Amino acid sequence: MKVTAFLIKYGEIAIKGKNRFMFEDALMRQIRFAMKPVGDFDVRKESGRMFVEGRGDFDYDEAVEALQKVFGIVGICPMVVEETKDIDHLRKTVLAFIDEQYPVKDFTFKVHARRGDKQFPMTSMELNMDIGEKLLDAFEGLKVDVHHPDVMVNIEVRKYIYIYSQEIKGPGGMPAGTNGRAMLLLSGGIDSPVAGYMIAKRGVRIDATYFHAPPYTSERAKQKVVDLAKIVAQYAGPIDLHVVNFTDIQLAIYEKCPHDELTIIMRRYMMKIAEHFAKEREDLALITGESIGQVASQTIHNLAITNEVCELPVFRPCIGMDKQEIVDIAEKIGTFETSIQPFEDCCTIFVAKHPVTKGNLKRIQKSEEHLKDVIDDLMKEAIDTTEVIHVK
Amino acid sequence: MIYFDNAATTKAFPEVVRIMEEAMQVIYGNPSAKHIKGMEAENLIKEAQDVIAKSLKAKPGEIFFTSGGTESNNTAIIGTAMKNHRRGKHIITSRIEHASVYEPMRFLEEQGFEVTYLDVDKKGYLRLDELEEAIRPDTTLVSLMFVNNEIGTVQPVKEAGEIIKKKNPETVFHVDAIQAYGKMPITPKNMKIDLLSMSGHKIHGPKGVGFLYVREGTKIQPLIYGGGQQKGMRSGTENVPGIAGLGCACRLMIGEQYENADKIRKIKEYFQERIQEIDDIIDNSGEAPHIASISFKGLRSEVLLHALEEREIYVSSGSACSSNKKQPVSGTLNAIGLPDEYKDGTLRFSFSLENTKEEVDETIEALKELVPMLRRFVRR
Repeated sequence: MKVTAFLIKYGEIAIKGKNRFMFEDALMRQIRFAMKPVGDFDVRKESGRMFVEGRGDFDYDEAVEALQKVFGIVGICPMVVEETKDIDHLRKTVLAFIDEQYPVKDFTFKVHARRGDKQFPMTSMELNMDIGEKLLDAFEGLKVDVHHPDVMVNIEVRKYIYIYSQEIKGPGGMPAGTNGRAMLLLSGGIDSPVAGYMIAKRGVRIDATYFHAPPYTSERAKQKVVDLAKIVAQYAGPIDLHVVNFTDIQLAIYEKCPHDELTIIMRRYMMKIAEHFAKEREDLALITGESIGQVASQTIHNLAITNEVCELPVFRPCIGMDKQEIVDIAEKIGTFETSIQPFEDCCTIFVAKHPVTKGNLKRIQKSEEHLKDVIDDLMKEAIDTTEVIHVK
Repeated sequence: MIYFDNAATTKAFPEVVRIMEEAMQVIYGNPSAKHIKGMEAENLIKEAQDVIAKSLKAKPGEIFFTSGGTESNNTAIIGTAMKNHRRGKHIITSRIEHASVYEPMRFLEEQGFEVTYLDVDKKGYLRLDELEEAIRPDTTLVSLMFVNNEIGTVQPVKEAGEIIKKKNPETVFHVDAIQAYGKMPITPKNMKIDLLSMSGHKIHGPKGVGFLYVREGTKIQPLIYGGGQQKGMRSGTENVPGIAGLGCACRLMIGEQYENADKIRKIKEYFQERIQEIDDIIDNSGEAPHIASISFKGLRSEVLLHALEEREIYVSSGSACSSNKKQPVSGTLNAIGLPDEYKDGTLRFSFSLENTKEEVDETIEALKELVPMLRRFVRR
């Protein structure tokens, strides 16, 4: 009995009151989008449940993997759909389903039937007993345990009859596009793709800005960032990646400002440029992969100084996480292998041996005064020459 | 576009492409098949063997095809060590070898072999007296490169061969000729070479194919087992298109070997002359006709490489094969004792028949602009 459909469980969005329809529609839209490469699927709502049913053959593993990337899904239940509402037929189907799903018949179970269609001749209780008995007769190793069964055999009698017994964990979160857009400052590192993923998980669509500095960074470094954006896009949906040529700004800072403040000043201009594009695209926030104290520019003092240039809120979902915790997520979502490829990014090129760890805003602003003759032109130039790559 | 990275790889000759296409579309039989389609394919292999054997003044039966330079080196080194391990477990090589020699040596050390690494002098040449001293009764293999891939020094292979065979006739002499083949005459018998590695894509042939010359009577343990192709030395259905392409490239390179090498050398010498117009450089180049190695004081080679790349001039930093590794300074550049402020700033310019003096001019002009500009922004 092959799995032909999935019951989709979604927790959080079901309680959103009047917005519920909006959330459900967004979820269905995302599921349709995610399932397109897998095959032809019918995605529909039916009395507070969501079903994804194959119209033809599909690869089971591929389908599950695609669904596991759709934010908003809490559980995925592989199931069979029985269209004929005949008790004999149903018994056979359930036996075949259990036979197929569990090659080793040595477990406890409970049948949990729900009769939504009152035309069906048996009540839920009668169904539980009838099917349970048939299972016990058919498979010798099975035992009933109504309190803590190993396997819960669910039978839902609705327009059709749905049979399922296991629930695969979904990613949780909220469907993409239900919470506006934000601009991610994406580097080639481990943290920023994770930050993008975490905010996307809350239903936020993602734009991205990457700063490259040729000839100090290579085409490969840029390709790496495009590759990372592609992985994040599998969860977040298409990403417009803004590639900013940052070399001239970086060199100007390098020439005119104190060396130990270079990184902080650089980051302030990065934020400004990212915010420019964010506003242009009507994004409501910025996202960074910063984590307190991870490097000199991410001490709480320096974060505050970087933050000072922004008008939009800056989301830093990794802020309280240890490196290992961030790495664990990077591995889970599949960005880690790409992130650790050894190409220099523009932050590492001119790093001072002893960068300031407790920056002083007044002093930094004073240092930035040295740039005042050139910076407006350089910023404009960087913005005007930015390349936008549509990543999906 | 200016391609000065011909020691990394070369563009295939159009004739090579043509014969490979034929080998895939027309003569596509399995060379081991008993029918005529098999025989046709086998004949392509034999033709390639003949051409290559002739170029080395060797016998066709001494040529074995591999997947390229790395496999040839691995087979030569591990194969010899394994075959002779009862007689001895001592191997000699140098400190300036390619990773495809160095890493098999490291592997053999883990297996209990003893490896002596010979130093080179400040110009990158082996010291023959040190070689002679190092050879012992239990030395089963000496592996040396002919032309260094990073700076282009040509090692005294013939003299080394004499010394090795005089001191211990049982010692197998392997030469990595991957950067040498097609650039200078190589006669293994004359040079007392027992094993010689070569790779197709360095001489306008295809990637993924090369050969190992195995002097008649030299016994090595195969690395790859299976259907017993190539006298059991290297099992696996032969890469017929690759081999046909390789044979074709060898024929075209060797046919006019000396003239070709001279043409390339002229470009290189012109480059060496003009590069002197740049301040604070060291020219590390050896005498190979196609490789120039220049160290720029106070620069990071990768930055200069990418700056040239923006002008569509393509070169290597150190050597492309070791660029993937974390060790920023290569073994060879360390071995020749470059001053610290020059070490990080070494570029390799490598030339082919397709390059011109005009391209050299354009490159020098680009360097004249870029080098002073980039030197302003070095790491403080």
